[in-house]
This record gives sequence, C-alpha cells and structure tokens, in this order.
Amino acid sequence: MAIDWQTFWLTLQLAVTVSAILFLLGLPIAYWIAFSPRRWKFLVEALVALPIVLPPTVLGFYVLVALGPRSPFGRWWISLTGHTLAFTFSGLVIGSILYSLPFAVQPFAASFASVDRKLLAASATLGASPMRTFFRVIAPLSVHGLVTGATLSFAHTMGEFGVVLMVGGNIPGVTRTVSIDIYDRVQASDYAGANRTALLLLALCFLLLALVYGLNRKPWTLNPVK
Amino acid sequence: MSAMSETRELAPKVVPPSASGSRSDVCLQAKILKRQAAQGQEFVLDVEIEAAPGFTILFGASAAGKTSLLDCVAGLSKPDSGHIAIGKRVLFDTSQSIDVPIAQRRAGYVFQNLALFPHMMVAQNVSYGLTQLSRAEREKRVQTVLQAFRIGNLAHRSARELSGGESQRTALARTLVTDPDILLLDEPLAALDTPTKAQIIDDLREWHRAHRIPILYVTHSREEVFALGERVIVLEAGRIVAQGTPHEVMTAPMQETVAQLAGFENIFDAVVEAVRPERGTMTCRVTGEGGPLQLETPLVRGGVGSALRIGIRAGDILLATSPPVGLSARNVIPGRITSLDQRDVIVSARVKCRVEMEVHLTLAARDSLQLEPGKEVWLVIKTHSCHLMLK
Repeated sequence: MAIDWQTFWLTLQLAVTVSAILFLLGLPIAYWIAFSPRRWKFLVEALVALPIVLPPTVLGFYVLVALGPRSPFGRWWISLTGHTLAFTFSGLVIGSILYSLPFAVQPFAASFASVDRKLLAASATLGASPMRTFFRVIAPLSVHGLVTGATLSFAHTMGEFGVVLMVGGNIPGVTRTVSIDIYDRVQASDYAGANRTALLLLALCFLLLALVYGLNRKPWTLNPVK
Repeated sequence: MSAMSETRELAPKVVPPSASGSRSDVCLQAKILKRQAAQGQEFVLDVEIEAAPGFTILFGASAAGKTSLLDCVAGLSKPDSGHIAIGKRVLFDTSQSIDVPIAQRRAGYVFQNLALFPHMMVAQNVSYGLTQLSRAEREKRVQTVLQAFRIGNLAHRSARELSGGESQRTALARTLVTDPDILLLDEPLAALDTPTKAQIIDDLREWHRAHRIPILYVTHSREEVFALGERVIVLEAGRIVAQGTPHEVMTAPMQETVAQLAGFENIFDAVVEAVRPERGTMTCRVTGEGGPLQLETPLVRGGVGSALRIGIRAGDILLATSPPVGLSARNVIPGRITSLDQRDVIVSARVKCRVEMEVHLTLAARDSLQLEPGKEVWLVIKTHSCHLMLK
C-alpha cells in the first residue's frame, strides 16, 4: 500500500503547532526554573520532567479524563464550544504539549542557567529591566539551548504514539498521525507499507536532528578563542 | 582632555541643584549589617562608611567582605539591616522598607571579571546602558567615552577578541558612559601589567576630575592604594579595622593583618625598651631564639615596657659581606645566611641573626657578593624601615 500523505501532513501540522506553543510557553517556565530563588522549585522541575518517565498511556489517560465532560476543564470547554476536546486535533495538541514539555523546558532552562550571572548583574547595574536583560543578554547567549529545545519538542511530537492514541483515537484527517498509521499497517500485516512509512519518518527525523546539531556545532571548538 | 570636558557637558543633571546643592557634595553613606556564609564559614559584614567624592579604597584579604559591601550598595545583595544613601537619595533602608531596584540605583559597577557581553561588539557593550537617549545622542556619547579611554579604534571589535587592558577599558567606559552617581570598582586592574595599569589609573583620574562622584575601589595591591587613595578603609572579617589616608593606614602603628597585606615579610613581637621623644625614636627589644635583638624604630605612642610588633619589608633590608661603617642606618645586625631561594628575578635570602629575617636581593647582587648558605653577612635596616603595629 502507498504512503498515506494525509497522515504526514497532519503529523507535521501537529508538530509545528505544538513546538511553536511550547516555545512560547517554555520560555517563562524555563526562566522561572533557572532564576527563581524559591525553595520548592525542585517540585516544579520534577513535575516538568514527569512526562519523560511516565508511560504515555498514563499521561494520555489523565489528559483524556481532564478533557472529557467529567472534569471542570472539560465541562468549561464544552460550555464554551459545544463539543468535547477528546478525539479532536485541539485535544491532541494539548496532550502533546504536556507530553513534550520537558523536551523544550529542560534545554531552555539549562542554557539560561549557564549564562554567567555576572552578566545579568552587569545588565541590571547598567539600568536594564529584567525583560531587556532577557532579550538582550540571556536569549542571545542561549541560542543553542533554544534551538535544541525547539527541535527536540518538534521531533518528539513527530514520533509520538501513546498519548495520541489515548487522546485522539484514530480518526483519519483529524487525529490519525504517522505513528498510528504505522501501527495500523502492522496490525493489518501490511509490513511493506509500514516499512516505507517508518523509513520515511526515520529519515525525516534524522535529517532534522542532523540539521540542528550541525547548526549548533561551534565553529570555534577547533580553534578556541582566548 | 577636550574629550573629557565634553563628556561632562553631555552628562544630564541627575540630582537637582535644590536637592543637595552641587553634585560634588554628594556622599555615599552606608550602614550595613549582613550575616553571610562564604565557603561554609559564616561571618557578619558589619560596617558603617561614609565616602565623599573621590577614591575610597577598600583594602583587605579575600573574604574580608569588600565585594559584599559593593554588592549591597549596588543592590545585588540585600543587607539584613541598614541604611544606604547617596546624598539625599535613599537606596536602602530597613526601617523605612526602602529597597530601590538595582536598575534604578545609578550605581556603576565594574566587576572583577568585567562581565563584558561576549556576544556584542565594544561599541554595543558601551551603549548598552544608554537606552533613554536618542540614537544620535547615544552614538555621540559612546564615541566620546571611547576616545577618552583610548579605545575608539576598537568600536567594532567583538568583546571576545580584546586583550586584558582593552577589556578593562571597555568595562570602565561601559559603566562611566551611563554617568552613575557612584562608582564601584572591584579589583578592576588586578590582572594587568604595571604600565597598562598606570595608564588606566591616569585616565580614570582624568575622568574623575570632570565628574567628582564617590568611587569605592576594592584592591589588595599596595601600589594601587598609594597611587589612587585619598582615603583607605581596611576590612577584616567583615569589620573595619583601620581607616585614614594611605600613609596613616599603611605606616605604623597598625593592625597585624594590615601589615601582612601591606607586604611585610618579617614580623616580630617586641617590647619597648627605651623612648627618646626628642629624637623621635625608640629602642625595641625583639626576643629571638638566639637571645634578644635591639632595634631602633620610629617613636609611637606607648611607654617603656609596652608590647608591639615590628614589621620590616624584605626589600628594605640591605645586606653587606663585611661590617659596614659610616652609614646613616641605625640598625646593623650580624648574621649568617641559611638559605637562598630564587623567585623569578628576586633572590630571597634567609638570614639567621638571633631571629630569622627574610631579605630580598637582585640576581646581580647575589652573584657579585658571591652569596651562599653559611656565609657571614651584616644586615642594615633604617630606623624608618621598622614599622610598628599594635598587638
């Protein structure tokens, strides 16, 4: 069977949406984790890292419950829009954001934290607001972390399976992503089709990661500046 | 010079004349109490200082609280209690719950590691603090200050590619261009060679002549204290142990910690044996392993029998290979070399003369006098090379 391009298109849409939202959402969370003096900060760090260790089914299950009509959030959404979030593209986006959160936040926070604190102090004594310090000093010096976080969240969403299956089900054109398609083909003993689709996904992800690591390579590692 | 006076004309008036008279009267007043733990060791910074426009040197060993003091003034760290004000502008006050944010304190701070923004060019670094001005005005000011610090040619160089002296000048220019109300300098010249250091000190003095603001200058270099200091404050474990002019603080009598910082290799316990006020001298007895040793020293307060310490710099002692005659120096002490030790271009000789003294010589002196361990020598020490300290 031929490659189902619709699933690729849908997966790409999902990955772009999720990584774009995660980028905007991840910046303040990472900033808070990197610079907050709060003692209970570690609890937030643990919470953000949770999706790395949790089985996607567990996360997917709770997202499904939260989106459904039994949770206050689900009821609020239904009263607002008239339909449930479960088994929709929007629901898929919400589930994927939670699932990929650590892949954006952790590289962001790590690169923010590695910026020399004296530079931040210098910026403040020169009269700069925290906002100006962030955009003029922290962000430019964290470019590698920002690129890495954006790419990892993108690639991770591309390859996601469990959460999608739990939250989105398998509706062609709405929630049927590449990984679900592959799973279906294997179930239907279409190994050739599964192989073609899987190989394409693998190649795409590899290209993307290679591009990012290539861009992130520091040209001066060979000739260190003084 | 013309560049300097131009900087001044461009500087906006920060303190309205009605508030505190002319700007040159604006003093820093700081009373700070702050408990802090540094490397597992807890100490309390407990100081009260007043700094008039001009250089005030903060002198002391590392972890004496010098940098903490600057951090408190800049707002980078918060005292447990206290009051900090520049003129009538209160920056911090626990009783009035005032804690002005760092960005609004107008405290220029040059850090020990300089903290230049590595992703920016020199000109971008220097214009960083000038957000309030129009673009044209900003460029004009940056040009002026770059000229004043002789780095006009580096404007488009990346901050990563600067030499030590160039970085230093850029950091100073970046801070001074914002026209701060107080300048905090944390060992800004520590890493530089002497000629570069002297040049930058000159430029800094020149700038200061046009601006007249309080400058807190942290250092542990004696040379910088004497080159810059109008006033010195000596800190030890978070407290002020001495203050005054460099001459007052660095000469006798003084605290032993000051002495060690001031570079006395030889420090002995002594007892005053005789006082001669009419000559301005006295005789002190140093008790060594080989018996008492008498030294003529300058006169200080304290009568016969009072206990003091004597500090003598290794470089202030002359060494002779035969008994010297016809000298003005009052202390001639026979002894024997126990060891010779070459450090870079200086030879450090240890001489046993009832007490053990360290003497610094040049390589040429060692060779022409054919000095070697075991050789009999005479040490010559001027009265005023014996610095007296309180015990």
